[in-house]
Amino acid sequence: MSASVQLTAPGGEIAALYARIASKRRAVLLFGLVALTLSLVLDVATGPAFLPIGAVAKSVFGLAEDRTVDAIVWSIRLPIAGTALAVGAALGLSGGIMQTILNNPLASSYTLGISAGAGFGAALVIVLGVTLPLPEAWAIPLMAFLFASLSCAAVYGIGSLRDSSPEMLVLGGIALLFLFQALLAMLQFVASPEALQQIVFWLFGSLQKASWGKLSIILAVLAAALPLLLFDAWRLTALKLGDERARGLGVDVARLRMRAFAIVSALTGVAVAFVGTIGFVGLVAPHIARMLVGEDQRCLLPASALYGALLLSLASIASKTVLPGAVVPIGIVTSLIGVPFFVWLVVSCRRAFW
Amino acid sequence: MRISVTDLSVRYGATLAVEALDLAAEPGELVAVVGPNGSGKSSLVKAIAGLVPHLGTIAFDAGSRSSARIGYMPQDTGSRAALTVLEAVLLGRLGRLGLRVDRADLAAAEAVLRGLGLTPLASRYLGELSGGQRQLVFLAQALAAEPDLLLLDEPISALDIRHQLEVMQTVSRLTHELGLTTIVILHDLNIAARFADRIAVMKRGRLICQGEPDTVVEPDMLASVFGVEAALSTAPDGRLAMTPLRAL
Repeated sequence: MSASVQLTAPGGEIAALYARIASKRRAVLLFGLVALTLSLVLDVATGPAFLPIGAVAKSVFGLAEDRTVDAIVWSIRLPIAGTALAVGAALGLSGGIMQTILNNPLASSYTLGISAGAGFGAALVIVLGVTLPLPEAWAIPLMAFLFASLSCAAVYGIGSLRDSSPEMLVLGGIALLFLFQALLAMLQFVASPEALQQIVFWLFGSLQKASWGKLSIILAVLAAALPLLLFDAWRLTALKLGDERARGLGVDVARLRMRAFAIVSALTGVAVAFVGTIGFVGLVAPHIARMLVGEDQRCLLPASALYGALLLSLASIASKTVLPGAVVPIGIVTSLIGVPFFVWLVVSCRRAFW
Repeated sequence: MRISVTDLSVRYGATLAVEALDLAAEPGELVAVVGPNGSGKSSLVKAIAGLVPHLGTIAFDAGSRSSARIGYMPQDTGSRAALTVLEAVLLGRLGRLGLRVDRADLAAAEAVLRGLGLTPLASRYLGELSGGQRQLVFLAQALAAEPDLLLLDEPISALDIRHQLEVMQTVSRLTHELGLTTIVILHDLNIAARFADRIAVMKRGRLICQGEPDTVVEPDMLASVFGVEAALSTAPDGRLAMTPLRAL
């Protein structure tokens, strides 16, 4: 820096740098989209009968020649494969938001008790028959959604008892995780063997009960959440500099955090409600996205959704191929494959990304 | 923009950090706030920036605080978020940024980055910078807001001597050329005496005295406020120079 610095007229150097950064990020998003499309086709092709990829691709894009393939693809496999994408996106996005608003790399709906709350809600229906005036097939998702929302509100409520600081909110979430785990254990303790098996299966997470109706609900929540988050993207980015710094930049931190929590609640609730508790995706996808695009939330949040979707789609393929003739619950697969991958990623990344 | 603080008090629980303080600053004036650790300097600046609840009046001649353009640089610049220097500086213009960053924002960021010699670091992540470089980035962020009121909380504490002088020369020049109202917290009394138009001295939350450097920095104040014995002399350029001798 010269001793006689001038705030001189710009020469376009920074605009060029910005364009370079933006185009690199677009490439990362485009790569994710292409990988996602390939993964979707492969996921649909994989199953008890492996369908030719070309035929699946034609069917997915509405150019089918074989009616049997078309029926398998559109009635059975596409809702499941699509649900893997949508749930992965919802979990990745909600994990990304939580890590940002709590400024904590360990935050996700799974680690902060929101998924555990949903699990408890589902178990209530399974064990005690609290079905509301609804068939059980809808009562479980609804109660899971309600308890996910309740858990979110409770984390926020516990945090705001003191100062709504990220530390207080994380501690509130951890406390809630243990509370719901204990309550769930209690329900499992009193449950009949049949109910116990059903709870355990639900807690493993499974895509097998997916349907077009459920998939459209998840997609609708995603479609509503993303624009709302992008509207707050710069403010969320500012939050990464710390609460005080963000306030100094004019952000109403408490209101922003409350808005974001409401969105997390809807995303997690709807994701967990239909497929059970799936850990790890919500934790890992934002980390992968952050390594690729940094902390600018305009890009980080879509990338978290995209790579969350990709992770769960790949896990869905693996769940159908690791044990021939059986579909391993997706929640098990995500952790089994995801953990070594994540450790490798963190260890091999030279740059401090958190 | 003129700012006028009247009867300001800031309380954290049972601790009174600032007590019944009056202070004013004019456009084109650089006011240095000095005082021992824990004397309430940061609380004063945070209250002016609207970051802590307070009693008393803080009046801006622009009207309300929300209509004033304030550039605030915090004492803690340790963030290691995965943000590039360019993004961190753009955040200084948060209120004006859209989803697409427009040319005016990039031009403003470029002017500030260039002015502080940060252009070569623009694509680096905050976590990859030294403490001193990060301090410059947050100064750039405060300046990117194109502020009328500049509030700097120890902006040079992590910088080497050359950068301390360069930053203060820049702040002083911008204050006088652009007519900014600048309040800067400093620990180095020689730097304060060299660059400030006025020095305000705080101790235990109260304003002890204020005035031109030559009138404020004198042996009795140094003994009673800082608890040091010091020798005062005149530097070759005629400025006041203080040499601390021993703690009392």
